[in-house]
Amino acid sequence: MAETNEHGHKWTMIVDLDKCNGCNACVVACHAENNVPIASEEEVIRGRGNHWIRIERYWEGEYPDVQARFIPVFCQQCGSAPCEPVCPTYASYHSTEQNLNVQVYNRCVGTRYCGNNCPYKVRFFNWWTPEWDSPLNEQLNPDVTVRSAGVMEKCTFCIQRIRRAENDATADGRELRDGDVQPACAQACPSRALVFGDLYDPESQVSERLPAERQFKLLENLGTEPAVYYLKGEDTHVGE
Amino acid sequence: MLESRAEVRPYWEKPIPEDEEHAHQLEHFREEDLLLDAIPPSESSAIILNSMKSTGLGFWMAAGFTGALVALLMGTWGLQIFSGLGITGLNRSVMWGPYIANLVFFIGIGHAGTFISAALRLMHMDFRRPISRAAETVTLFGLAAAGLFPLIHVGRVWKIFYMFPIPDERRLWPNFRSPLLWDATAITTYILGSTLFMYAGLLPDLAMARDHTTGWRHQLYKALALGWRGSLGEWLRLEKLANILSYVIIPVMFSVHTIVAYDFAMAVQPGWHSTIFGPFFIAGALFSGVAAVIMVLIILRKTMRLGYFLREQHFNSLGIFLMLLSIIWGYFYFNEWIVTWYGNLSAEQAILNMLTGQLSPLFYLMLVCNVAIPLGGLWSRRVRTSMPAMFVICLAVQIGMYLERILIVPGFLSRNELPFNWVNYTPHLPEILITLGTFGLLSFLYILWTRIIPIVPLWEVHEGQAFQSTRRVGRGLFTTHTDMH
Repeated sequence: MAETNEHGHKWTMIVDLDKCNGCNACVVACHAENNVPIASEEEVIRGRGNHWIRIERYWEGEYPDVQARFIPVFCQQCGSAPCEPVCPTYASYHSTEQNLNVQVYNRCVGTRYCGNNCPYKVRFFNWWTPEWDSPLNEQLNPDVTVRSAGVMEKCTFCIQRIRRAENDATADGRELRDGDVQPACAQACPSRALVFGDLYDPESQVSERLPAERQFKLLENLGTEPAVYYLKGEDTHVGE
Repeated sequence: MLESRAEVRPYWEKPIPEDEEHAHQLEHFREEDLLLDAIPPSESSAIILNSMKSTGLGFWMAAGFTGALVALLMGTWGLQIFSGLGITGLNRSVMWGPYIANLVFFIGIGHAGTFISAALRLMHMDFRRPISRAAETVTLFGLAAAGLFPLIHVGRVWKIFYMFPIPDERRLWPNFRSPLLWDATAITTYILGSTLFMYAGLLPDLAMARDHTTGWRHQLYKALALGWRGSLGEWLRLEKLANILSYVIIPVMFSVHTIVAYDFAMAVQPGWHSTIFGPFFIAGALFSGVAAVIMVLIILRKTMRLGYFLREQHFNSLGIFLMLLSIIWGYFYFNEWIVTWYGNLSAEQAILNMLTGQLSPLFYLMLVCNVAIPLGGLWSRRVRTSMPAMFVICLAVQIGMYLERILIVPGFLSRNELPFNWVNYTPHLPEILITLGTFGLLSFLYILWTRIIPIVPLWEVHEGQAFQSTRRVGRGLFTTHTDMH
């Protein structure tokens, strides 16, 4: 399903739900890579769990025939994103070159309109000044801004890694190759349920795997044009 | 012809009744209608001037109590800026809470002032004359209170100027695709417009106060009255200005709450994305606004002894209007929900289930306060002209309309498309204190205001009295009205 475009990239993620076993390795990797603050137990109970990628767990069926379903949900990097037009300061805007939704932390005043308007609820507000318990405070990623209290944040598809790969490719005098960029979640996924790549590159893994018979997009009916494809077969699930 | 001219007497002198029946009818009219019950202008001015200067124990207690609430508001807000919005009860799904509900509510009660003074003015409804300024003051301070909430609500209030269209070297401009920007524009326009409208109407009364006071008050009114002398040219210009501003401010009033409704209706959040929200919010705004004006008038009448100006006729007329607004509000609400319920979309159904389940005490209380109590009570003239009954009904309307805002903002947000993100919301202490403090702020400003400016527009009352009189036709006595226009 490779789309062609001379300039830019269309960064795309495939989430194979038949492969996801809900292990949460992606969540941990994302926290470490992106300096995502860790909410306390009390805060999580208050509904302020803060994970740029999260595993939504749904139960299907009645006891004793209960099946667990896992859906990793993160920013869908919508092509027509509800969060963008509502931001009064352009803190949430669209990068046409990368085909990503970008959040400019410095520009955000914290009206939280984008968070309300996101149907996936993958935008997070910094309720407090972020703090990390020792020794986590010693291992912040220097490539990623630590966000202050009062601004919104969300998954960036690890844009710092995209930038670094682009710079390395430019330094080597070559084009960006498939596999050069790997977000932390995809890199950490032990069952290879997450596949990342450029849909404008006909050779990339995502282009080769799409369109797939099992594909769907989350809340596609809202017309948000997500850049994340979910794959789900008929009745396969974990634990059978 | 010259002989009949000699008959003209000052309008405030009582007409001489011809017989006993006539005298009885006349007395009845004067009791009913302020505009027929003229007294010398110096006397009616004195009532207002004396009430402005009376600062008894009750005044200081009220000012002290509401002032303490203002201090509470400022203190809590300061704490919130210092420690972050984490001290509120908001969460990942319910990103907007009582702060936004308060914004909607206080802008809402600001709508009645404009409606009463501008729309009723253009419709030549003479009963609005003594109440228009009290209503405009509700608008002014309602908007001032509402204007705080965009500031209280945001995460980084010290960066709020990013939302203003200020040229800067990085060529950053606010995003005019965002309903929040439309909102800020509309509210600013409305504040400026209604302040101007109120100030223009104040000039003759400020001049009157200037001419009857000494000391600091004299100096203050002298500055504020802008040299008003009361010449014919000035009156004609004032009349023209008031008419122009009335025509201009009514569309602005409609735009403001429509755009406040757009903050919700433009979002994809289930329950919010509704085409009726614009008119529905305007109906609700006028509903709570008129109820707020009635409550204020009852308190003013009692505490400032304004029984001469604020009569049963005014409460009767406002009561009928309030009943009409209750019917309109109920009709819109019914429309909104019957369509949603019939559509049976899963996310919207989840909201309906919550309203009739978990949040049902609030939901049914809202319906009782907004529909059952006003419609049940206001049918009767006896209720409409009874001060305690009207106060209770208007208080119920305030509670009902506040609940409506609360249900729409944090209530609806707690249910959305993905059930994993369903979170219930409970307010925390800072939100409650700031909300109480804002009611305190509105009351505090109002209390001070009543001692500084004439709260009844005397010139409007005098004008109405000059143009209104009675005429005998056969055996009956009828009111007549000279139309100045």
